[in-house]
Amino acid sequence: MIEAFIKAISATPGKPAGVSRRTDTVAKMIDTTTCIGCKACEVACQEWNNQQVTFGNFEGTYQTMPDLAHNFWNLIKFNETESEIGTPLWLMSKYQCMHCVDPGCLKACPAPGAIVQYTNGIVDFNHDACIGCGYCMTGCPFDVPKMNPATNKVHKCTLCTDRVSVGLEPACIKACPTNCLSFGTREDLIRKAEDRVSTLQSDGFRNAGIYNPPGVGGTHVVYVLAHADQPEAYGLPKDPHIPWTVALWKGPLKWIGNVLLIGGILGTFFHYVRYGPQRDE
Amino acid sequence: MTNGWTDVANADVVLVMGGNPAENHPVGFRFVMEAKRVRKAKLVTIDPRFNRTAAVSDIYVPIRAGTDIAFLGGLIHYAITHDLYQHEYVKLHTNASFLIREGFSFEDGFFSGWDENKKAYDKSSWNYELDAAGYAKVDPAMEHPRSVFQLMKHHYSRYTPEMVASICGCSAADFEKAAAIICSTGKPDRQGTVLYALGWTQHSHSVQLIHTAAMLQLMLGNIGMPGGGVNAQRGHSNIQGATDMGAWNMLPGYLRLPRANQQTLADYLKETTPRALRPDSMNYWSNTPKFVVSLLKAYYGDKATKQNNFAYDFLPKLGEADNYSWGYLFDHMYAGQIEGMISFGMNPVANGPNTPKMLAALSKLKWLIVAECFETETASFWKARELAEKYYSTALDSSGINTEVFLLPAACFAEKDGAFVNSSRWAQWKNVAVEPPGQAWRDQDIIARLFLKIRELYEKEGGKAPEPLLNMAWTWQNPASPSLSEVSREINGRDAAGKQLASFAALADDGSTACGNWVYTGSFTEAGNMMARRGQEDPTGLGLYPNWAWNWPANRRILYNRASADATGKPWDASRAPLRWTGTNWTGDVADYKADAAPGDFGAFIMLPEGVAKLYASDFVEGPFPEHYEPVESPVENILHPKVSSNPLAKIFRTDRDPIGSAAEFPYIGTTYRLTEHFHYWTKNIAGTSELQPHFFVEVPEALAKTKNIRSGDMVRVRSARGAVEGRAMVTKRMRGLQVSGKTVYQIGLPIHWGFIGRVTGPLVNNLSPSVVDPNSGTPEYKGFLVNIEKI
Repeated sequence: MIEAFIKAISATPGKPAGVSRRTDTVAKMIDTTTCIGCKACEVACQEWNNQQVTFGNFEGTYQTMPDLAHNFWNLIKFNETESEIGTPLWLMSKYQCMHCVDPGCLKACPAPGAIVQYTNGIVDFNHDACIGCGYCMTGCPFDVPKMNPATNKVHKCTLCTDRVSVGLEPACIKACPTNCLSFGTREDLIRKAEDRVSTLQSDGFRNAGIYNPPGVGGTHVVYVLAHADQPEAYGLPKDPHIPWTVALWKGPLKWIGNVLLIGGILGTFFHYVRYGPQRDE
Repeated sequence: MTNGWTDVANADVVLVMGGNPAENHPVGFRFVMEAKRVRKAKLVTIDPRFNRTAAVSDIYVPIRAGTDIAFLGGLIHYAITHDLYQHEYVKLHTNASFLIREGFSFEDGFFSGWDENKKAYDKSSWNYELDAAGYAKVDPAMEHPRSVFQLMKHHYSRYTPEMVASICGCSAADFEKAAAIICSTGKPDRQGTVLYALGWTQHSHSVQLIHTAAMLQLMLGNIGMPGGGVNAQRGHSNIQGATDMGAWNMLPGYLRLPRANQQTLADYLKETTPRALRPDSMNYWSNTPKFVVSLLKAYYGDKATKQNNFAYDFLPKLGEADNYSWGYLFDHMYAGQIEGMISFGMNPVANGPNTPKMLAALSKLKWLIVAECFETETASFWKARELAEKYYSTALDSSGINTEVFLLPAACFAEKDGAFVNSSRWAQWKNVAVEPPGQAWRDQDIIARLFLKIRELYEKEGGKAPEPLLNMAWTWQNPASPSLSEVSREINGRDAAGKQLASFAALADDGSTACGNWVYTGSFTEAGNMMARRGQEDPTGLGLYPNWAWNWPANRRILYNRASADATGKPWDASRAPLRWTGTNWTGDVADYKADAAPGDFGAFIMLPEGVAKLYASDFVEGPFPEHYEPVESPVENILHPKVSSNPLAKIFRTDRDPIGSAAEFPYIGTTYRLTEHFHYWTKNIAGTSELQPHFFVEVPEALAKTKNIRSGDMVRVRSARGAVEGRAMVTKRMRGLQVSGKTVYQIGLPIHWGFIGRVTGPLVNNLSPSVVDPNSGTPEYKGFLVNIEKI
């Protein structure tokens, strides 16, 4: 872990040391209008991360498996639907950790240092510190982190932090043949996504738009959707928020807890001052 | 490809038909996406299935498998009736103005000259009308009733949008929507490309189908143009190279294998060297003697002399009725006429049609050698019954098979060097990545040792006609292991002094040059291995990259590029001109023309005796104009001529193992295809790709599934007259019932890739396909045959 570049860290109070040595944050842009579902990104992810191969069941679709898995972090979702005039639509979009600006997993994690957010925006898991409680899974509004039942550790896309930290693009980006995936600073890519959306709109896709949900403070994975009015058709949640249980637990409940804790300590102190030590009768 | 992958980015319209590049050529597909993104090109997909390419298309039109000629013929009709063809181009660069002899006709499904007894055409009535000098007569106005243009206009007048709709099963409105986009490229400043693959080549009328596409592109002035062309996407990394190096009836460089009646070199050259049909035709094939003699010198070296006709007698000759293409080969084998087979880099049991017949044929061999990097179904054909009893209950079990099988471990592609020739005709040199594992040998080591051993046996024991082997030049540094650089140098060719030739223009017919394949001359010159070049310069700005690898022929990136300019040499489209005439020579791409000949000196199509491109071509066996014929197994009659429903010349094998199904018993259309996740029958041995798609499945239209009570994930059985497959159903909205001649026709999707050997296994879909082949190419009809489906 490169401490100088850490922005946030799980279950650890105060600001991490060395914050904001770097101000640029990184992002991936997924232009779903040019995705052909070739799965090159899936293979690249599996190979780079040296994942164990599993053969799933047939689920009646071209999609490799129904959902992400602890050993499968990058999944293209295939959604068959129909246009307003009844012609077939086959929407394909890559699904992986969204690297939220305000990450629910990190918020939910009770293990000090198990989840970190680097200053470049990447949210990463530190498996040495992970206690396998699974709270991050509850905290994620995208249902991304997955538990490996054999090791009791939770896994997800690292945005190839090992590659990015030495100046390489993530493996999925490198493998993409159609330029559907791009990697760069978040600012640049949002601008690029906006340009693409305006082209799509002028090409007749009235509902084209960017998926960068504000409920999690925005994400470091930004989508261009031809039908942004219905992100569910791409397998993306319409308006993701950190679950209220986590928000409550880490917000008001934590504050109330702290008050009660301090109240308890103070009560004990005043009780001692007032009544003195307990004596055997 | 006439053009190349990088050139697709220059297109204004991309027509994908008979192919699915997003699925099967995802890396090449980036240039389609670039055309869409940068040029705002329109992508039109015509296919039986709404596939991965359709998913990103601007317009998709469904079509019944095997009706593409009707659709394309309809486009020709549309271009003519809406006056959207490029008049000047058609006049100048095609044989539209040529006159055909009196007596040519087309009636009730037959062209003139049909001989019912011989089941073949006498083609004499198809010839051009010649003048006294032996040149074809022309009517530049194209108004003569016997001009090709008028005959073509008449022939396709039947292909109205309504007729197309009722044959293909699309709506006339959808056809017209697509036609308007495609035919918008009939203007000089708009270019359209056609991308196709096995969806066109695997029919009983496939060669004529591609002929139709060429006609359409010529009518629209899209041949020789950047962003244009007729572009075959090749499926295997070196299938283009394999084609260039010969086939059962072709010597390297598209030279015909001699026939038995051509007993002398002079006879052979007389019959195979074409005569010019117009005074201004360059007729480049008139150089055939130079190519042939140089090839014989490469084969037989010093043993090929002027005195012995350059060892012409050593070449094998084909008998009148001989045919050794795929279907015939296995038919002969099934009849017990073949003793042994060597199978290199292929898996015939999986690839070929009608697997039960393949298995029975192989079991009649005395010996079989398979050189492969995996155990294949072919190497293990004798285990088929044991491993897949439910499909092959009639096959012999291993105790009844006497074939001796040798499985030789061979190196895979990354374990050897050499060149791949890709779809763009680029010969790209590659290096060895890793050494072959274990006992695996490289192909050339296996072939060289076989050769040396067989030659030794002939030397010791004699035998029938040993001369060709005993006299073959075998001059490699290590005779048991030729290096591929040495082989490539020989393919390129050298002069009498042993210097590598720079161009096929230097080839001679006097025995002073030796060349293994004239189309590759220039690939390995005195300057070195041109195929290993990796220069990324793009001086024309058209993405031609002349210094990247080497492009046959002559490093030419766009074939027929002289047709990109008018009679005076002025480009039709100044913004996309591959060639410019400076007044003394042509600059830009390597001219498909004489580099310093003035624009008016020759016709633009220098390889053809006509000097112009052929809309009308008497080269093919079933007619000079393509006609819509139904697949041999079809659920409907041909509404154009019910008495001649399918191609009258389609080759249908007729053994006891070649049943043809009826629509009554097998009411649905089966069509086979490939998936992105897998490469042919290879990657079922690879964990990483098998993970992406471990299971065979059957794509079933939603409406059909409903009537059969089939839900996604249910096990289904698909049967044809040949055999059956079983797998999970994928019920989909992407395939729909089509209205054909007033009835609803359903198609069923059958991906290939599985078999009874491998890391993941499943049925071979060719259990279903028929032994029916195209009469010109010998390619089986894998796209469009009859099946039935049931839930199990």
